[in-house]
Amino acid sequence: MAGLELLSDQGFRLDGRRPHELRKIQCKMGVFKQADGSAYIEQGNTKALATVYGPHEVTGSRSKIEHDKVLINCQYSMATFSTGERRSRSKGDRKSQEMQLHLKKTFEAAILTQLYPRSQIDIYVQILQADGGNYSACVNAATLAIIDAGIPMKDFVCASTAGFVSDTPIVDISYLEESQGGPELVVALLPKSDQIVEFQVNSRLHLDNFENVLDMAVKGCKDIHAVLSRAVKENVSELASHMNKT
Amino acid sequence: MLKSKSFVKKTRKGSIIKVVREHYLRDDIWCGSQACSQCNQQELILEKSPSSGSDICKFPHYLLPDTNVVLHQVDILEDEIIKNCIFLQTVQQEVKHRSLPAYKRIQGLTANPDKKFYVFSNEYHKDTFTERLGGETANDYNDRVIRKAASWYTAHLANCGESPPKVVLLTNDKANQEKAKAEGIITYTVYEYVKSLTEKPLLVDRLAQIEQNERKKDKMDVDIKSGKGKGILYPEHLGMAAIQRGIKEGQYRQGTFLASRENYREGFVSVPGEEKMFFIKGLSNLNRVVQNDAVAIEVLPKHKWTCPSSLIEVDDNVDPEAVNSLESEDDQKASPISASAQPTCRVVGIIKRNWRQYCGTIEPSIMKGGSRHLVRPAEKRIPKIRIETRQAESLLGHRIIVAMDSWPRTSRYPVGHFVKNLGEIGDKDTENQVLLLEHDVPHGPFSETVLSFLPKMPWTITDEDLKLRTDLRWVDVCSVDPPGCTDIDDALHCRPLENGNYEVGVHIADVSHFIKPGNALDDEAADRGTTVYLTDKRIDMVPDLLSSNLCSLRGGEERFAFSVIWELTKDAEILDTKFMKSVIRSRAALTYEEAQLRIDDKSQTDAVATSLRGLLALSKILKKGRLEKGALVLASPEIRFNIDSETHDPIDVQEKMIRETNSMVEEFMLLANTSVARKILGDFTKSSLLRRHPVPPPSQYEMAIKAALARGFKLEIDNGLTLSKSLDEAVMEENPLFNTLLRMLTTRCMTQAVYFSSGTIPEEDFFHFGLASPIYTHFTSPIRRYADLMVHRMLAVAIGYEEVCPELLNQEKVQEICENLNYRHKMAQYAGRASVELHTHIFFRNKVTVEDGYILFVRKNALQVFIPKYGFEGTLFLKEKGKEGLFIYNEQEPSQTAGNVKFCLFDKVRVQISTEMSNLQHQRLKIGLVEPQVPGFSVTSASTAEKNEEPPAKRVKQK
Repeated sequence: MAGLELLSDQGFRLDGRRPHELRKIQCKMGVFKQADGSAYIEQGNTKALATVYGPHEVTGSRSKIEHDKVLINCQYSMATFSTGERRSRSKGDRKSQEMQLHLKKTFEAAILTQLYPRSQIDIYVQILQADGGNYSACVNAATLAIIDAGIPMKDFVCASTAGFVSDTPIVDISYLEESQGGPELVVALLPKSDQIVEFQVNSRLHLDNFENVLDMAVKGCKDIHAVLSRAVKENVSELASHMNKT
Repeated sequence: MLKSKSFVKKTRKGSIIKVVREHYLRDDIWCGSQACSQCNQQELILEKSPSSGSDICKFPHYLLPDTNVVLHQVDILEDEIIKNCIFLQTVQQEVKHRSLPAYKRIQGLTANPDKKFYVFSNEYHKDTFTERLGGETANDYNDRVIRKAASWYTAHLANCGESPPKVVLLTNDKANQEKAKAEGIITYTVYEYVKSLTEKPLLVDRLAQIEQNERKKDKMDVDIKSGKGKGILYPEHLGMAAIQRGIKEGQYRQGTFLASRENYREGFVSVPGEEKMFFIKGLSNLNRVVQNDAVAIEVLPKHKWTCPSSLIEVDDNVDPEAVNSLESEDDQKASPISASAQPTCRVVGIIKRNWRQYCGTIEPSIMKGGSRHLVRPAEKRIPKIRIETRQAESLLGHRIIVAMDSWPRTSRYPVGHFVKNLGEIGDKDTENQVLLLEHDVPHGPFSETVLSFLPKMPWTITDEDLKLRTDLRWVDVCSVDPPGCTDIDDALHCRPLENGNYEVGVHIADVSHFIKPGNALDDEAADRGTTVYLTDKRIDMVPDLLSSNLCSLRGGEERFAFSVIWELTKDAEILDTKFMKSVIRSRAALTYEEAQLRIDDKSQTDAVATSLRGLLALSKILKKGRLEKGALVLASPEIRFNIDSETHDPIDVQEKMIRETNSMVEEFMLLANTSVARKILGDFTKSSLLRRHPVPPPSQYEMAIKAALARGFKLEIDNGLTLSKSLDEAVMEENPLFNTLLRMLTTRCMTQAVYFSSGTIPEEDFFHFGLASPIYTHFTSPIRRYADLMVHRMLAVAIGYEEVCPELLNQEKVQEICENLNYRHKMAQYAGRASVELHTHIFFRNKVTVEDGYILFVRKNALQVFIPKYGFEGTLFLKEKGKEGLFIYNEQEPSQTAGNVKFCLFDKVRVQISTEMSNLQHQRLKIGLVEPQVPGFSVTSASTAEKNEEPPAKRVKQK
């Protein structure tokens, strides 16, 4: 499939989007009742589910307890049916361990950890369907789940990706665009303060172009923030109307 | 803003997997018409009320061609009369998939604002997208998509004011046409439409001959069904599916077809991974394959293997309707299978045609007034092409361009159409144009955009520049070049240091200072790749202002340079290498001859002369060291024409003189290139632009080994060193040219040196065989080679002078550039040779001369004779009509014997050279044997009697 034209001369990407357009986002908060917080998100064909437990007492070894802040425990997994070929995945493979670490760092930076010393928050995310941008879908889903759980954060954490194709930055790249091997930027942002909490670059990208691509990714994060905050507000007003009824 | 709809596709990657992709449909894709009032568009490409002068469509209209029309009739679409055309995305993609050259031409069309061609992204539009139905073939689906877009346009434009333009669908598919008519779309075939363009009646000639074929095909199918099968000449090609299956099972092989230059009924297929090429013989085995096509072949069983007949044959048939069966043509020239049979195959199918446009001449038709004619392409490896034209009379004696369209089974020749008339045969401008076109050399004038990136005149060196550069204006630099050279890109200096060592500098024109990466000037230079030198003109890579002025290191003028400065010991050992951007002032621009004179004249003791003497001494040591390492000395004939200043016709020919100074300059250029290659590889491990010369596989030497063995010498081909030694030893006293001839043969066995990006192959393959250097690049001629310009940029980054730009780090991009450069380079070489050949022809026009020649090849029906004085090769046909049986061919030696005269490889002969005037269309040099005399064959020449020279070495058969 080499030489696939990712961006046509007319400025359309393979799936019909323009370079600055996100995939369609649909999300729902509070999908499970037993968890403290949960959320489901679809970014195009990438679908992720997040559940949050806590804050609660530290489970397992007591040596993990932190005295000044909360312990954040992340688990990432992909469903066997999440890709074109059904494959059972072991939980502790390197890829998901890496992803877990990234998620943990991201949320350590966003959650007000000092509020809950000597306790633990569990974040479980699962990719139900993978079509590029798995990390960002996880972060966005987890953010909603944490909000659903009522855990205080500095701000939303919104994540997005950006690629660079024929001298044009493109936002929110799909699996097809990812797999062509071009540069990819992954950014997690606190949109209100414009602070970047997580940042990755895959493949090589020249410094001259870097600024543009980063701007595109940041803009993607802010667009996502708009969608997420609308979802949160809708969810809250729905809850409020329920309360009024009871 | 987004309307989302996802759909499912299945693709095969070994196993079947399901691929789910999103497909967003939009409502912000506009129609591109100025007449439209509903679309919120910025780009209005299509005119409001276009007129085309068509008889059948008198209303204003836009054309909407379907895939096949675009694919086959690009020539028509390129004509200026065709404007206001809508290309659908679907069409564009299918064209891209099926033929990249056609796609590129279409892109050129859409980029041209005068043509008013609009690309409509119909697959992303919410109203024109349709899903493929179950059981629908890809073709049917595409046709339906095109019809849907056409009817959308029809409906959309109908609402736009009074007398809105309509859309005319151009399709040659009958079924599609009927369906379109049923849906209320106006539709015509291309043939109908073009015929209706009364302003341009001759455009019909340029229609691709597809339609007629289809009609014929129908007839043929009937023929086959009725069991007649008459008129079918070629076996059927297999379909794509059958080919793929066969290749997978190992029954067929896939390769590229290379036609023989000597025999139109023979060719080879080069299969990747196979050292030896597969041989094909006979028209029905060739089965309509054309040079460079990708083909599927079936290797024949061993008892059918054969070998090249070593006959030189030219297709002399002139009847465009020739239908005599191929077997008779094949059989009548069949030869007994010899012992040296090689793997032979036949073509079972065509994987991809690689046709382009061809230059040629129309053959005089035997039927007066007929509209079908044969065109003989200038390239010998291309078969004649049948075209239909009504202007044949006026095209006779002209060079024309034709395109090939198809090759039906019923036709002896491929079918094509006329594209363009270039001008009269023999006219030098026409001929020059032909050879530039044939070798795909971009030779148009530089466009305004390109020129806008040139520095503004008058240009001066500023203090800013001096701050950044090393000032070397005090150094006594001079340049040494061939006479008449205006693009001087290298200069040298050498001065003794206090510690007894020497400082040697090579200063190269700093072209990268003027051409910045990524602008139009750079793109143009990258595309041209190299300056092309023809005998009487030069096709520049960069505009004249740069090539002959600002970059050229002219004597006495201050110029920017990129300098490499070494500290060398007396024994030419490198102690230190420095690279710097500098400012220099060349003291003198010398020719090789002048430089030689200054060196030889002991009375001259100025700085330049001493500097040259130092350089010469060091270069000799360097050269010796290089040869000891196994560098090869190869030979190829090089000649110079003295051109008449007024008529520009060649008036005299002389061999290029090789002086000591030539090799002096060469030696330091090699040294600079090698040093630079090492330096840039350090900084650009993955993306350095380097040059390598692959070690040729032993089998390629066969021809040279055989030839040397015939004279009792053995070529050792184990490595460069032994080869070079054995070449040195192969000297025959009675034949002083023998060594040169053998070197020429060896040179032909070699593979070509190529540019490559360092990340693409392992480091041990970087080796340059000819120069015996582990690493090499081109740095010293940035004015005429783009590769050098890239290397300059890399070096500038490596020494910290410039910031790195993204292209230089991208391995794939560098490799892409390399591939273009390799192609351009090869073509430039061929064009140069063709130009020499052309001038040789002009030189011999109305002239008959007798010259010494040497036999370079012995073939079954001919001798290939090399004439050193003019540096060309001619074919001496031995079996002309009425003279067959005179010569006896011995394949083992190889030799040709007539009576008691025997002709072997490397034998000296005297030949008479003249231009064959019998065929005005295709003039060729005719060679006749003068000495040794063969009764009934030799030509008697007046000049032989006059010249009372020693008789040439003759080998008389001993009894």
